[in-house]
Amino acid sequence: MELYVALKVIWAFLLGVLLTGLAVMVGMDMGVGIMLRFVGRSDLERRAALNAIGPHWDGNQVWFVLGGGAIFAAFPTLYATSFSTFYVVMILLLFSMILRPLAFEYRSKLDAGRWRATWDWAFLVSGAVPMFVFGAAFGNVLQGVGFHFTWDGQYFQDESFIWYVLNPFAILCGLMSVALSLYQGGTMLVMRTEQPIAARARRIAVAGGLIAALLFAIGGIWVSLMKGFVFTAPVDPAMAATPLNGPSVARQAGAWLGNFHAHPALWAIPAAGFLGMIAGPLALRAGFAVLGWWLGALASVGTIFTVGVAMFPFLMPSTTAPAQSLTVWNASGSAYNLTWMLVFALIFTPAIIAYTGWAFRVMRGRVKTDSIAHDEHSY
Amino acid sequence: MTNLTVVELSRLQFALTALYHFLFVPLTLGLSVILAAMETVYVITGKPIYKDMTQFWGKLFGINFALGVATGLTMEFEFGTNWSMYSHFVGDVFGTPLAIEGLMAFFLESTFVGLMIFGWDRLSRPAHLAVTYLVALGSNLSALWILIANGFMQYPVGASFDPDTMRMQFTSLYDLIFSEDAQAKFVHTSIAGFVCAAMFVMGISAYYLLGKRHRAFAARSFRVAALFGLISTLAVITLGDALGRSDYLLQQTKIAAIEGLWHTTRPPYEPWKLVALPDDATQSDVFSIGLPYVLTPLVTHSFTEPIPGIIELEQEARPKIVNGIQAVLALQDYARTRSPEALAAFRKNEDDMGYGLLAERYAPGQDLAAITRADLPGVVNHTARATIPNVFVEFWSFRIMMALGFAFLAVFAFAAYFSLRNRLERHPWILWLAMLSIPLPVLASEFGWIVAENGRQPWTVFGWLPTFQSASTHSVGYLLFSLIGFALIYTCFIAAELYLMFRYARIGPATGAPAETPHAAGPMAAGTSGYAGKPWQ
Repeated sequence: MELYVALKVIWAFLLGVLLTGLAVMVGMDMGVGIMLRFVGRSDLERRAALNAIGPHWDGNQVWFVLGGGAIFAAFPTLYATSFSTFYVVMILLLFSMILRPLAFEYRSKLDAGRWRATWDWAFLVSGAVPMFVFGAAFGNVLQGVGFHFTWDGQYFQDESFIWYVLNPFAILCGLMSVALSLYQGGTMLVMRTEQPIAARARRIAVAGGLIAALLFAIGGIWVSLMKGFVFTAPVDPAMAATPLNGPSVARQAGAWLGNFHAHPALWAIPAAGFLGMIAGPLALRAGFAVLGWWLGALASVGTIFTVGVAMFPFLMPSTTAPAQSLTVWNASGSAYNLTWMLVFALIFTPAIIAYTGWAFRVMRGRVKTDSIAHDEHSY
Repeated sequence: MTNLTVVELSRLQFALTALYHFLFVPLTLGLSVILAAMETVYVITGKPIYKDMTQFWGKLFGINFALGVATGLTMEFEFGTNWSMYSHFVGDVFGTPLAIEGLMAFFLESTFVGLMIFGWDRLSRPAHLAVTYLVALGSNLSALWILIANGFMQYPVGASFDPDTMRMQFTSLYDLIFSEDAQAKFVHTSIAGFVCAAMFVMGISAYYLLGKRHRAFAARSFRVAALFGLISTLAVITLGDALGRSDYLLQQTKIAAIEGLWHTTRPPYEPWKLVALPDDATQSDVFSIGLPYVLTPLVTHSFTEPIPGIIELEQEARPKIVNGIQAVLALQDYARTRSPEALAAFRKNEDDMGYGLLAERYAPGQDLAAITRADLPGVVNHTARATIPNVFVEFWSFRIMMALGFAFLAVFAFAAYFSLRNRLERHPWILWLAMLSIPLPVLASEFGWIVAENGRQPWTVFGWLPTFQSASTHSVGYLLFSLIGFALIYTCFIAAELYLMFRYARIGPATGAPAETPHAAGPMAAGTSGYAGKPWQ
């Protein structure tokens, strides 16, 4: 295989890894934010839940930042086009997302009921909206998005943004994303908080995992019936990265199953997703919270890589100009850029994993409700 | 056809959100270094007062840090949401430093900031110190990569335009990183952050000294900050001079606008305009007062080199515009036909392509192919005029920044002198001055960014991609939606931030035998403590 093609495939894979890291680590914090008002009945209980992720939310959020940066560099045209066509929802995501750093840092700095209640709602919004949008984006991309390019590479949007939030399949994907984040967040609270918070969190997590499994099954059937995209002429994977001269593309029902039919071993990926979503809640009920957390991560891996494998090599197909659909082949960075990015990723990713693991180890153990009241550092 | 209203609104939104983001960034950069210094003293000497200092200033650091992180997310989104053509055009080279920033710096800073706040009881002293160092390292490395990205916009090196992909393709990581502009700007900007943090610590300490509260704590913090601020201000001025010289070599339109030079200078007599009222419409000064013999050595570091003036720079741009129009037409042809002839025609003028793209704005129907022989001089005139940034804004932003910089030098010098001689409490005026100066270094930083980015106009990528070609093809409604949303949310944010900042600054450090601790019942209660701290209310 030519080096450039290998680089494109590696970066498509790393894009999946980044999105999975985002779903697991950011999803966990968002899940805690969403359920905060329900697992914590008193202010101290809510603070205990917040402090369970307090030392880590900031580091976790970098998955989100890095996801944006890596798409910008590795798939510039995808970054430019997707962020702009989804403008209104992206801005809503952003508005809700930027509430979170302040909610963490400011909520407990004033001892006033209304101040804290306001921030608790901010946690709910800033957890639910981004996770919903994140999932809905997958739903929209699977169905194709209406856009085309002019000769110079400028995109034009060919449909109303209303569709992106109101179409039923995207809503299903958005809800599934929220359910998975509730599972991941709940699991964290089971590990890191005391009763009765942990018990409430476990009930929510179990429900979240099972609902996600149900939605994943419905979504799977839906995807197998919907019109996917497929090349109708041979495509050169080593092509110069431009969407302007793509080969013709057709929309066909069931096309998103093509890769699975061609390589049946790939069915293991959605199976792993199901395993995570069903075995996870069972493990939680049986008292194996750490195992449950990792099964939740497996569920996210399974879900995101199922979408990636179904669509490969498509990244964001166009319904109005299918030949200009963005793919791994035509939306990537140059070989030089992808090479250097890979070098940096290979050096720094092990370091990030190592020090993130160390940070979790240092802060291990349950958050004690009574110690929060005396610790002026806590959130 | 590009909707110019959308472009202007996109610029407004980016400018406002970037300036807002930079209200918080400098304090993060500088305070992280000051915290590391204070904690080092604590670990070496074991004196608990230095631990109190680290923890107290660390708390204020946290309040500020949250807003820096939140508003930074906006910046990363906006390239994609509002500048799609820009992102497509330079993502291959510009996205890379942003991604590396995440991998190398932001992860480091954000992971360890949690341990810095929560890890006091769980880490040994040296381990916690190491964590604080890593936070300082992470935030300053983050600034490095962001300014490398910004350096590319100012002085695009390490990439070249590729007609097959219609974008700049990355060619040299070394050139990108060691770009003269990026390096000069990184040191100037991050050390400007140190000045902001020094003034912040010194000003709040002065507030305690004026109220005769937390005296030991405040006197030590004041001294650390005054010395740190003095050194940093000297460095910022020196490095700013180096940055100015790099602009003289690399961005002549910017330096001409900064100094208000309508005509090429006549060394060595040429005066440096101290005050002037430049009028962009007539390209002349309504009045000006200058210091003779100062300008040439100041900018060029010589007594003989002339600095090109605006009218001459416009003349130089004219042939580039004519060639650029040919380059863009050939490129259009190549996009359609992929013919070697079209490619050869493009190659002949490719270096001037950006000027052709800039000319599109003034072509009939924004279509270069529609320019007739009769239209051409008019289009070239308009485009040549457009290659110059707004002189009034540039001239005055620069002077405000510079005047503030020299004022800080004086404030820190007096403060350090009186602090070292233990005479601060006999000279309350210096304490008042320090306290009232807290917001000024941030203001100077903001003007610095206006100089840098207004001076880059009309380009997003200097000489290659005009700003008006860079924006996403949104409707005005989209922009109004996001602008109004930002205005509302950001106003609430700054209100909450300032409220908490004032409150925690008033309460002061937790230990160290406070003379009088304000009642923590409500915000107003804090103000009733002995000292008449009216400026804080």
